[in-house]
Amino acid sequence: MADDSERVPPPFPESEQRETDPADGESDEDSDDFEGEDIFTGNSQPSEPKKDPLPPAAPTTSTTTTTSSNTKTNGLHSDDEEQDIFAEATVELALDSPLNNRKREPAQAKPSAPGPSLTVTGPSTLKPPPAKTFEELEEEEEKEDAFELNIAVTNPEKVGDGMNAYMAYKVSTQTNLPMFKCKTYTVKRRFSDFLGLYEKLSEKHSQNGYIVPPPPEKSILGMTKVKVGKEDSSSVEFVERRRASLERYLQRVVSHPSLLQDPDVREFLEKDELPRAVSTQALSGAGFLKMINRATDAVSKMTIKMNESDIWFEEKLLEVESEDQHLRKLLSVVETLVNHRKELSSNTAMFAKSVAMLGSSEDNTALSRALSQLAEVEDKIEQLHQDQACNDFFILAELFADYIRLLTAVRGSFDHRMKTWQRWQDAQTTLQKKRENEAKLLWANKPDKLQQAKDEISEWESKVTQYERDFERVSATVRKEFLRFEKEKAMDFKNQLVRYLETLLHSHQQLIKYWEAFLPEAKAIA
Amino acid sequence: MMDAGIEDNSNHNFSGYDVRVTDAAQNGDTFVYVIKSQQIPSDTEYRVEREFEDFEWLHHCLLTQEGVTGLHGIIFPPLPAKPGTFLSNSEAKTKKKIESLAMVDDWQMYCRALEEYLHLVTAHTVLIKNPAVHSFLKHRELPIKTKVKKGIFNKLTQAVEELRKEHHKDIDDFFQNERDSNLTLTAFTKAAVEKFLEIVLTEQKIAIACGHFSTALHLGIGQDDDPADYAFAKMCLKLSEVLDTVKKNFEKVAENDLNTLGFNLELHSRFQDAEKEMLFRRTCKLVDVETANKNLGQAKPHKKAAMEDIKKAADKEFDEISGMAKVEIQRYHRERVRAFQKALIELSDSQLQTARECCVELKQQLAEFKQLCAE
Repeated sequence: MADDSERVPPPFPESEQRETDPADGESDEDSDDFEGEDIFTGNSQPSEPKKDPLPPAAPTTSTTTTTSSNTKTNGLHSDDEEQDIFAEATVELALDSPLNNRKREPAQAKPSAPGPSLTVTGPSTLKPPPAKTFEELEEEEEKEDAFELNIAVTNPEKVGDGMNAYMAYKVSTQTNLPMFKCKTYTVKRRFSDFLGLYEKLSEKHSQNGYIVPPPPEKSILGMTKVKVGKEDSSSVEFVERRRASLERYLQRVVSHPSLLQDPDVREFLEKDELPRAVSTQALSGAGFLKMINRATDAVSKMTIKMNESDIWFEEKLLEVESEDQHLRKLLSVVETLVNHRKELSSNTAMFAKSVAMLGSSEDNTALSRALSQLAEVEDKIEQLHQDQACNDFFILAELFADYIRLLTAVRGSFDHRMKTWQRWQDAQTTLQKKRENEAKLLWANKPDKLQQAKDEISEWESKVTQYERDFERVSATVRKEFLRFEKEKAMDFKNQLVRYLETLLHSHQQLIKYWEAFLPEAKAIA
Repeated sequence: MMDAGIEDNSNHNFSGYDVRVTDAAQNGDTFVYVIKSQQIPSDTEYRVEREFEDFEWLHHCLLTQEGVTGLHGIIFPPLPAKPGTFLSNSEAKTKKKIESLAMVDDWQMYCRALEEYLHLVTAHTVLIKNPAVHSFLKHRELPIKTKVKKGIFNKLTQAVEELRKEHHKDIDDFFQNERDSNLTLTAFTKAAVEKFLEIVLTEQKIAIACGHFSTALHLGIGQDDDPADYAFAKMCLKLSEVLDTVKKNFEKVAENDLNTLGFNLELHSRFQDAEKEMLFRRTCKLVDVETANKNLGQAKPHKKAAMEDIKKAADKEFDEISGMAKVEIQRYHRERVRAFQKALIELSDSQLQTARECCVELKQQLAEFKQLCAE
């Protein structure tokens, strides 16, 4: 019994917690918000598994049967229903797959009876309970459509001088989400703050299989140039590139329904002053420790040979690998294209100058005028090429680079799944050893040690079950996250590619205008 | 101040001949050019095969023709530079710097340059009378070529004398001005040619890069049943199509550039050199005249008559050259402006056309892309 109380409370008290926790005074429709809070406040509890629907002592029969049926499945939707916290998580993802989850939402939001029957028996068939009428559902849909959270990162400003200088970015949030106290926020953040946010999110959520969007990379060279005060075009470009990627990073974070619920995210957007994220410094102690952890991770990854029971994961991992290669190839060709365009732009500028000189030394006035017009046209064309090179870069190249980084995060989530599998396997091995030990003691007839052995066995038995549940839970999350990632990716690419094509078209339309204007000038030479 | 266009056109078009360089074939180390020509009134078409050496022979004959008044005052149409091997397009792309048309594109550009040379020669009222021209165009075999001896026109000799004589002050303002403006124009034209050809090269590089991009997009497409992947694959294929359009566009843009302004600038860069050479020859003659005068003044009485003769001859030659030169210069500038105009019109016309075509295609592809995504 003592053991029970140490464990994270079983599901049903959680649902009561939900109701009695009107943290921000929201209405029912936004119940997903404070449900979310629970998940993450739940995280700050000792690292024991988040929930244990199978307390070894005194389970209700219904829970046992259903949860045991759960162990067979691995990552299917219906699993989530029975696992409450992650049903709540599914609810967050409602924004992506509205219809399914909205139906489930009312089921969780208003548990009419605190008995096990509600959560356990109903949802595997996805039938909406009579709790909400159709009109109420529609209302909910409308309110969810009005969900708005716009983030912009602007105004990079240099703060300070010399090597201690840094760039401060203005982060503006505009939202009508009730979980925020105000409708708009404006704060100043520096790059290490963004890194700090990532560290926090990653620590909390990566191990559960979430794909946490990675921040932009550090660049010592780039920042040094800025610090030193070089005002040339490359450092301007660097700052702009960083600003844009920080913006995209934040937008990705807030469009992830689960991450949005994390109070760290809210703090990042709202709080005026953030404690300096020291652990992100390159050569700090924390940084060094991180490096070591990554190294050990890599090694252990190589040695985990997982007995994959679900082909899906293996297939998807292969897909991720090939996609990564594909994107890298695309990135390199785009970079070549960008360079050539920049070259073309500068060649055109030089040509424009030489034409201007030619025109000014030309005796024939009409020809002279035409040549200076040509020089002007070429100058305008040069600008077009420059702009298009920027578009090539900021739209296409950065898109590919972002997704290469994101794919690393995806791989990370698969890795965490493997780790939980490994932990489960290890627990099973230990349990086996304990059992053997007990058998030995029985045979050797040492009653005093026997009790201890029995205790250890039951401890490890529960651990095994716990870790197995963890594994399934993480698998389900990984799967869900992956599908969400694919959807987001398709949408992202679609939007960016449309944008890119529009710039191409615009560029050529401008070109037409310039030549149309020049033609009569050329004809006027006589 | 310049003449109306009509007269120019007829002057330019007037050539006893219609000459075309239709083909170039590799024969061992050298290239052989097929030249078809037709004397305008008659119907007979001649077809001959010539190597670059033959062109050089022709040029030499033109320069050394006997008995032509004021021959040295002629601005001789410039011969294209001797071709190296014709670089294939891809080789050209890897070269950092192009110095002449011969390196930029394949043989078609070069044939056009040779053709233009022959056209200019046959259109020149004085040069057409040189029997070498007729030999060149009609006879199967050319007369035994003496070793092309570069006489006074030897560039090397020129280089030495140039330093001395080039800046010799002229007695005639018209010519002094011409020499000065020639100097500046030559430098600027050369710079413009170089920069322009670099543009063309970069445009060709971009076309290639687009091609690579387009191919790379194809590579990642696997057979996936996953609907999200399938949508993604379709997007990639569409983008690939767009890039093919962009690639074609850049190829066309480069072609347009080369065929119009590129060709013109390059030709006139060489023409500026030819004018410079002519002016230099005249200046040399001027120096001769002034030397003869000086000698006459300093001559001992028994040499006076001989010096007098020399002076008279020099004067006469100088006047003939100057007379021819004046005509040539005026003609040259008319031609230059006319050709420039033509090139600029063709440039903007062709680029406008190409940009319009590209726009139409891009618009369609954008619409198709949006539709694809809406599905």
